[in-house]
Amino acid sequence: MSIRATVLSQIQQIAARQKKTLAPLDDDLPLLKSGLDSLCIAILVAALDDALDLDPFAAGDVAIPVTLGDFIALYENAAG
Amino acid sequence: MRTPLAERRSLWALAAGRGLPVGRFVGDALGRVALAELSHGSSIEGSPERLRGANVLVASERQLPAVLALLQLDGLARRVLLCPPDLPAAYLPSVLAEAEVDFVLCDGTGPAAAGDFIACADHVTPALAWPGGQMQTELVLFTSGTTGRPKLVVHSLASLTGPLDDGMAIAPDAVWSTFYDVRRYGGLQILLRALLGGASMVLSQAGEAVEDFLQRAGEAGVTHISGTPSHWRRALMSGAAGRMRPDYVRLSGEVADQGILDQLALAYPRAQIAHAFASTEAGVAFDVRDGLAGFPAGLIETQSGQAQMRVVDGSLRIRSTRVASRYLGAAAGIADAEGFVDTGDMVELRDGRYFFVGRREGIINVGGAKVRPEEVEAVINRHPCVQMSRVRGRRSPIMGELVVAEIMLRPGHALEEEEILESCRRELADYKVPAMLRVVEALEIAASGKLVRPRA
Repeated sequence: MSIRATVLSQIQQIAARQKKTLAPLDDDLPLLKSGLDSLCIAILVAALDDALDLDPFAAGDVAIPVTLGDFIALYENAAG
Repeated sequence: MRTPLAERRSLWALAAGRGLPVGRFVGDALGRVALAELSHGSSIEGSPERLRGANVLVASERQLPAVLALLQLDGLARRVLLCPPDLPAAYLPSVLAEAEVDFVLCDGTGPAAAGDFIACADHVTPALAWPGGQMQTELVLFTSGTTGRPKLVVHSLASLTGPLDDGMAIAPDAVWSTFYDVRRYGGLQILLRALLGGASMVLSQAGEAVEDFLQRAGEAGVTHISGTPSHWRRALMSGAAGRMRPDYVRLSGEVADQGILDQLALAYPRAQIAHAFASTEAGVAFDVRDGLAGFPAGLIETQSGQAQMRVVDGSLRIRSTRVASRYLGAAAGIADAEGFVDTGDMVELRDGRYFFVGRREGIINVGGAKVRPEEVEAVINRHPCVQMSRVRGRRSPIMGELVVAEIMLRPGHALEEEEILESCRRELADYKVPAMLRVVEALEIAASGKLVRPRA
């Protein structure tokens, strides 16, 4: 599965488990308007760390992503 | 800012003493009150005289009614309890009994709305001058309890305002704000800085979207603002951080890592970024303004500041005039025989700086909210498929830590993940529900018979 597909699939799984209604997931969607709150986003980051073995935030100096597109790009760039 | 003689003057006298220009206000998302209105009016129903020397609990969902009440009650009442809006109503009767509360002040919302109360409003009605008083009112805060009823921590205006004498120059036209509720220690610090510094105060509002709060802060001209690292990460993630232009950004309530300090320095290039360490019981120990995570080792055992610190068995201990005097209704004191409070926060020395490495008791800090692992384990362990479980913190770049659970299954059982999580959701607050469950073969038990708890 591509990184994009993994991110989107994890978002859907977490939303379902946390009983959140998702907005249509396009790249311009601000993450905090997606229906996920910051606790869900924290869970997403941990789940992606497990699924992809990637934690782009660990570098410390990353720009915090605002949109879904920024978020996916962060993981795609971290994968090299 | 000089610390005024707080022990002899009331909060209102000190706030008013800094001047009451018409533009000086306290406000939230729904209302704004010019402080000057309180010099010839009141937000509290009926005669103030019945409140003189009384024990009063102030409860409302919004912070504004509570702030107005506090300004009128300090110096007049014997004891003021600042009840947080999320206190479960079931705990109220024992709080009222333990604190010997004579009157409840309420705006008709919050945990005390169902009982008898004196109305306190979010606005000021013109009246005779409020009488005030010179009593050394006990200001009682609720611990952000992890399990069971919160403890009641007794402070005074003197202990609460001790940290304000830190040499920070505050312009009288400053506007303070905080993501915190001001009925919590971290938020109350900011409110007191505003009131005693001659400044205005913008209150946060439960349920308000972060971008709306930032917009409101920007429009109100907020110059000084505080929050937990998780509050700030959320602000940066909203894309709306630029809607305000603060001069001073403060972090407290959680460990500030280098990442969030650097991000804030980028987002607010002209602001001073400071992170502080404080607890409801110990008060503010220090703040660090060099932009680096951790704190310089030189702060330990220096006698120059108002707060002295030492590290004993790896945990940070604090002694200062800012320490709370006692818990109401408890035999156990807050400080040891030498006056030091054991914070339970573990620190490690690396290259001349101390860094926080977690809590001794394994308490997990999710975005500033504390979780005791045993409380979550108790819920998980009730499920028939579970032999034993261990709940611990997992580092999170978004929330500081997340709650995760390791589960040892009963022989012949499979993991009923959804059922376990459902019971956690039913019985625990959102942030306490494990983000992840993992099946393990065994959990290590120490010679003492206790679960071995690794630090996150």
